[in-house]
Amino acid sequence: MINLDKFRDPVVAAKLVKRIEGLCDGPYAFMEVCGTHTMAISQFGIRGLIPGSIKLLSGPGCPVCVTSLYDIDRMIAIAGLKDVIFTTFGDMIRVPGSHSSLREARSQGADVRILYSPLDALQIAAENPQKQVVFAGVGFETTSPTIIATVLEAKEKGIGNFSVYPAFKTVPNALKAILESGKTKIDGFLCPGHVSAIIGSRPYQFIPAEYHIPCVIAGFEPLDILESIVMLLEQLRSHKKDGLAFSVQTEYRRGVPDAGNPNALAMLDKVTEPCTAEWRAIGSIPETGLCFRNEYVSFDAAKRFEIKVEPAKEPVGCICGQVMMGLHQPDECPMFGKNCTPESPVGPCMVSSEGACAAWYKYGTGN
Amino acid sequence: MGVSDKILLAHGSGGRLSHELIEKVFKTRFSNALLNQGDDSVEFRIQNSESRMAFTTDSYVVKPLFFPGGDIGRLAVCGTVNDLAMKGAKPLYLSAGFIIEEGFPLETLEKVADSMAAAAKEAGVSIVTGDTKVVDKGACDGLFINTSGVGVIPEGVNVSGSLAAPGDVVIISGTIGDHGAAVINARNNFGLSGNLLSDAAPLNGLAGAMLKAGMVHVLRDPTRGGLATTLNEIALQSKAIINIEEEKIPVKPEVKGACEMLGLDPLYVANEGKLIAIVPREDSEKILSAMHQDPLGKDAVIIGKIEAGKPQVLLTTFLGSRRPLMMLEGEALPRIC
Repeated sequence: MINLDKFRDPVVAAKLVKRIEGLCDGPYAFMEVCGTHTMAISQFGIRGLIPGSIKLLSGPGCPVCVTSLYDIDRMIAIAGLKDVIFTTFGDMIRVPGSHSSLREARSQGADVRILYSPLDALQIAAENPQKQVVFAGVGFETTSPTIIATVLEAKEKGIGNFSVYPAFKTVPNALKAILESGKTKIDGFLCPGHVSAIIGSRPYQFIPAEYHIPCVIAGFEPLDILESIVMLLEQLRSHKKDGLAFSVQTEYRRGVPDAGNPNALAMLDKVTEPCTAEWRAIGSIPETGLCFRNEYVSFDAAKRFEIKVEPAKEPVGCICGQVMMGLHQPDECPMFGKNCTPESPVGPCMVSSEGACAAWYKYGTGN
Repeated sequence: MGVSDKILLAHGSGGRLSHELIEKVFKTRFSNALLNQGDDSVEFRIQNSESRMAFTTDSYVVKPLFFPGGDIGRLAVCGTVNDLAMKGAKPLYLSAGFIIEEGFPLETLEKVADSMAAAAKEAGVSIVTGDTKVVDKGACDGLFINTSGVGVIPEGVNVSGSLAAPGDVVIISGTIGDHGAAVINARNNFGLSGNLLSDAAPLNGLAGAMLKAGMVHVLRDPTRGGLATTLNEIALQSKAIINIEEEKIPVKPEVKGACEMLGLDPLYVANEGKLIAIVPREDSEKILSAMHQDPLGKDAVIIGKIEAGKPQVLLTTFLGSRRPLMMLEGEALPRIC
C-alpha cells in the first residue's frame, strides 16, 4: 500500500506557499520537464496557489507527446499486418498519426492490446508462436529499462516472435537543445524524479555549469513540487545576494541516489546505444534516442518489418512543438478546447494523459 | 463523434463519447418524451391508473466474469435494481437475457445463475422472464447478460437528475472506486496487496430508507465514468454548479494506492454499490442518520453543495485550490460492467 498522505498535508502546503511568497522577488519562469509533474501541477491546482509572477512551463517530458509522427505511422502500419499482435502502454493507442491511430486500427480489425507490463507481451508471444508480437518501445529512461529487460528475457528464453519498436528518448540532451535554441526564457528547471532515479543527478550538471540555470530534481506529490519551487527560489536569491553558483539539488531524496541506478544503466548500455532521435513537433536531436546494438538488432521491430509509409504530415495550426519548448501555454493555441480536445485530439499534447494540453483541459488552467 | 467513423471502445466508456453516441445516433431516431427524461430509468404511468412505474435495461459484458467481491451475475441483478432504485422506485421484476459463446462451460453458467438468484433474493426482486442465445465460438467473449427491470414509484416520491437545486447538499453513500479497482486488478492479475473488493450490491433498501427519512431531489449511482462523470451529468441535467471538496470524498487506502500505481483517478473509477444523493440541506441530517443505519450507507458523508450558475462541477482540492472536474474522456477502464 502506498501512503502519500504525508506528502499532501494542507498545513505544510500552506507554510510552503507562504515561504514561496516571501522568497519570490521577480517574475520567474520555471520549466517542469516531466509529464507527471505537468499533470500533478494541474491536478493539485498549484498554479492557483503560488504567486502569479511565477510561470510554470511544460517541457518536452511526455514520451507519448514527443513520439514522432513517422514512428506512429509505422507502428500503425505494423499493427495492421497479418499475424501481428501489437502491444503497447495505454496512452499510445489514441495518438493520432497522419491518417489514423492505433485505436482506429484496432476498430478496423488490427490486434492491438493495451498492457501494463512489457513482460505480458512475452507471455502473449509464448502463447501465440504463429504470431509476431510487437511492443511499442516508447518512453524515457524511466520505462526503457523495463522494456529492455524484456528483450533480455526474450533472448534468454529463445522467444523469437517478440520484438520492440524502438522509439525511446533520453532527457538531458533534449534540455540542452531547448537551451541552445535560445528561444525560451527559463529561470529554473524542475527535473524529473523518476527519470533521475535511473540516471541520477549528474547528467544535469551542465545546466548550471554552462547555462547558469538552477535545477531541482523534484518528486511528484504537491509538497514535493512546492518544496522544489522553494529550493529554486532560494538558489536564485543566494545567487543574487551573495553571488553563489547555481547547482543541481535533489528534493526527491527518497527516490534519487546521485548515481542513479547503475544496474539499469548497465542493462541499457548492454542492449542499446545513443542515437539521433526525431522529436515530434521539435525535430531531430542528436544523442537523445536509444537504438539497438548490433547483437540485439533482431529484436528491432522497425528493421524486422519492411514498412514504408508516406512522409508524415503534421496537423496544420497545431502548436504542440512550441508548447513543449515552453514558448506557449496550451490555452494560447487557437485550437485548444475547440477542435482539439482529449476525445478528438489534433496534437500529441492533447492525447497523452501527461500532455500539457490534456492536463490544462482536464483540470483547467489552475489560475 | 470525434475523428472516427467506426465504433471505438471509448464509445462504451460511459464518458463523453458514450453521451455523444447516444445523442447523435439513438436520441435523434427514437426521440420521445419518455426517452428524453434522461435518467437511468424511465418513469411512466399505466393507462387509466395513478400508478407510476419505472423501467430500465442494461447489458453486462464485464471481464473477468468473476472478480473479488462479485461476478457478472451479481452485477447484472444489482445494476438494474439500482437503476430502478435511483428513480425512487421499488424494484419488482427483472428479465434476464443471455448471449453465450459456443463452448462456454455449463458449470460456469450455473455458478452465474446461482449468483443471480442470490442477488435477486437479497434485493427482494424476482427474475420473471428471459431469453437465451448461443453464438458461434469467437462471436462473443464467453457470456454477455442483459437485464431489464420494472418497479413501482411510491406516491409522493419525485427523484430525477434534473432536480438538484441551489442550496442542496451532495451526499455520497461510501468509499469510491472499489469496483473498478477490484476489476482491473483481477483482469490484469496485478496481485496488488490490500483488500480490493467490488462493492456490487443492491441499493434499493438504502434508497427506500432515505426516501422515508426526508426529501430527496436526486439519486444516482456513479457506475461507468465514476463520481466525476455522474456529477457532470447531474450538473447538466439540473443546469447548476456542483461544488465538491476533495478531502471529504471517502476513498479506501488500498483503492487509493492501486489507483496511484495504475495511474487512475478514483474520481473516474466505477462503483457498483454506491449512490449519490442530492437533498435539501434541512433534510440532510435526517437522511444521513437513516443511511448510517444501513451497512451500505454506514460511511455516508456530505461532500459538497449545489449553487446556481453555468452547469459545471468544481473541485476544491485538499490544498485549497479550486479546479473544474470534467467528464471522463476516452476509455479509462474498458468493460468494467
